[in-house]
Amino acid sequence: MTALGTTGVGAAGVAGAGGVAPPTALRRGRRGAGAWRFAVLLVLGLYFVVPIAASVLFTVRRGGGGLTAEFYTGIPSSPGFAVAFTRSLILAVLTVLIVLALMVPTVVLVELRLRRMRTTVELLTLLPLVLPPIALVVGVRSVLSWAPDYFLNTPLAQAFFALQKPALPWILVLVYVVLAMPFVYRALDAGVRGADLRTLTEAGRSLGASWPRVLLSVVLPVLRTSVLNASFLTLALVMGEFTIASILGFETFPTWIVKISGSAPQLSVAVSVLALMVTWGLLLLISALDRRRDTKETS
Amino acid sequence: MTASAATTAESEMPAGSRSGSTAELRDRPGVGVRLEGLTRRYGSVLALDGLDLDIDGGEFLALLGPSGCGKTTALRAIAGFDRPDEGRVLLGGRDITDVPASKRDMGMVFQAYSLFPNLTVADNVAFGLRVRRRGKAERAGRAAELLELVGLADRGNRYPHQLSGGQQQRVALARALAVAPQVLLLDEPLSALDAQVRVQLREEIRRIQLELGITTVFVTHDQSEALSVADRVGVMRSGRLEQIASPDELYERPATAFVAEFVGTMNRLPATVSGGEVELLGTRRLLAGSAPASGPVVALVRPESLQVSADAAGAGRVVTRTFSGASTRVAVALPDGVEVKIDVPSASSADLTPGTLVTVRPADRPVLVAPVEPTVTDADGAA
Repeated sequence: MTALGTTGVGAAGVAGAGGVAPPTALRRGRRGAGAWRFAVLLVLGLYFVVPIAASVLFTVRRGGGGLTAEFYTGIPSSPGFAVAFTRSLILAVLTVLIVLALMVPTVVLVELRLRRMRTTVELLTLLPLVLPPIALVVGVRSVLSWAPDYFLNTPLAQAFFALQKPALPWILVLVYVVLAMPFVYRALDAGVRGADLRTLTEAGRSLGASWPRVLLSVVLPVLRTSVLNASFLTLALVMGEFTIASILGFETFPTWIVKISGSAPQLSVAVSVLALMVTWGLLLLISALDRRRDTKETS
Repeated sequence: MTASAATTAESEMPAGSRSGSTAELRDRPGVGVRLEGLTRRYGSVLALDGLDLDIDGGEFLALLGPSGCGKTTALRAIAGFDRPDEGRVLLGGRDITDVPASKRDMGMVFQAYSLFPNLTVADNVAFGLRVRRRGKAERAGRAAELLELVGLADRGNRYPHQLSGGQQQRVALARALAVAPQVLLLDEPLSALDAQVRVQLREEIRRIQLELGITTVFVTHDQSEALSVADRVGVMRSGRLEQIASPDELYERPATAFVAEFVGTMNRLPATVSGGEVELLGTRRLLAGSAPASGPVVALVRPESLQVSADAAGAGRVVTRTFSGASTRVAVALPDGVEVKIDVPSASSADLTPGTLVTVRPADRPVLVAPVEPTVTDADGAA
């Protein structure tokens, strides 16, 4: 809660308790604070809402006037949608699985055994944010297109080809894992720091649990929210990633949207709006899961 | 937790119900623990310096010392969380130095709150039994029983974050005991709690320990905690045992100046040794413990081992007078800038108001002396 909010609550508490009349100065202060709050909210709200509202309006307006939902109802049947969407979803799920399999043990290990490595790991996971994706993808492309005669027919070359199958481009999964790393590491690290994992794992150990058991029954439940958080962030990232997929020439959900935007502009915007809503829904779900009852017994 | 709530919980506990399946705990004879030459280095810091320690079966041993003295390292070596560089840990005569923590059969209560946040209180208590693949009915029964033992029978369905700090530590104790461990390890379990709860819970821990007869090692930096509950107290300093003795002996006959000053309140008075006796405050007394043959020393005298009386010709002057029930503590400024604390029965302290001139004499009992040097506790505190 902000300082402004706290002031409001405090003043209300005093008034509610009865007997103590809130001083006039406080009231004026509250009104001033309220005005500021309103102004900030208004600016922020406009900044976010106007473009989205414009998009929504664009997709529900009928040519001759009036409203229509035909662009939304038409999404499932539009050519190429199902394939591109499913492909992106599969890529996203694979990315989530791989990045979690890599990062959960890393974060736990750093916390419990390799505290001194924390800064190093943190810097390493930051690299993908510092390097422009365009540099990354150009590098990947030049490696993949490296094909002198003697290289063909080697197992490595075959692996390169396998990575680039248009139906399921594993190379995108690998690149997305790298891109998602900063977000996933931070989400997990926040969970680990807030949990006193060391004491919890030691408690588990002293009660007779083996290390795998401790990871499964103690660590994962404690990190549940951060794992969900990391998963949804990764999902949103993959479902919206355009540059790399486009440059490497694969058709995913975002590149499909761009492709159809010329011929069916309203449909493409409708799909974007829907994708945005789904992402928001997921993020709201996380915060709902994260909200715990915080009642402590006073005795 | 208020005082009344705890008392009610305790008094409502029917005596008969305490015997049920905790019988498994009770019927075991206490198992002894032995540490042999434990050494542990963290970089250049020597946390344990060849520590030898014998803990009898069923004994409640407190390890006491300033922070960094190695007491927690010793406990973690017993628990199996910290492998000593040298030395052995024996449990009932068996070498367990290389046995992993999960196979040591020890219950541990930690300083930090350690309940699993995703499990209910009852599931927390039953965790160790689930790991051991015990049946559902047995788990539930044992959890209920242990929660009753710690006075939280009605909290089984709560989650840890719904409990107060004191309640969480009670649950942690129940959880540690649920697996019927051979040894109970307590790593400053009370230090996060407020004063009132601390006193209640330490008494309850002692009650449960006596009831179950379980060998217990209790690490603390709070001397009143150690003295009030333990059978024996081991005072540690720089990775070694300075003295291990019953609370009474530790207080009455501290083996070293460090122990004397760490346990209880101690006055430091300039004194002189000669002819096997010590002279302080113009009086000669017998020497307790070792001392240099002759020369200036510091006499260590407890507040209750000094006598004070109003005397218009006295060299001392009362500075403050602090009433605390049956006894009153009087601070007296002596010449040479020395200030001493003296405990007198409150009934006879009425005339000792601040400003009164007084005479101070040591009680007629042997006096412990230390070499003249900067105070030991100050030097340790800075380290």
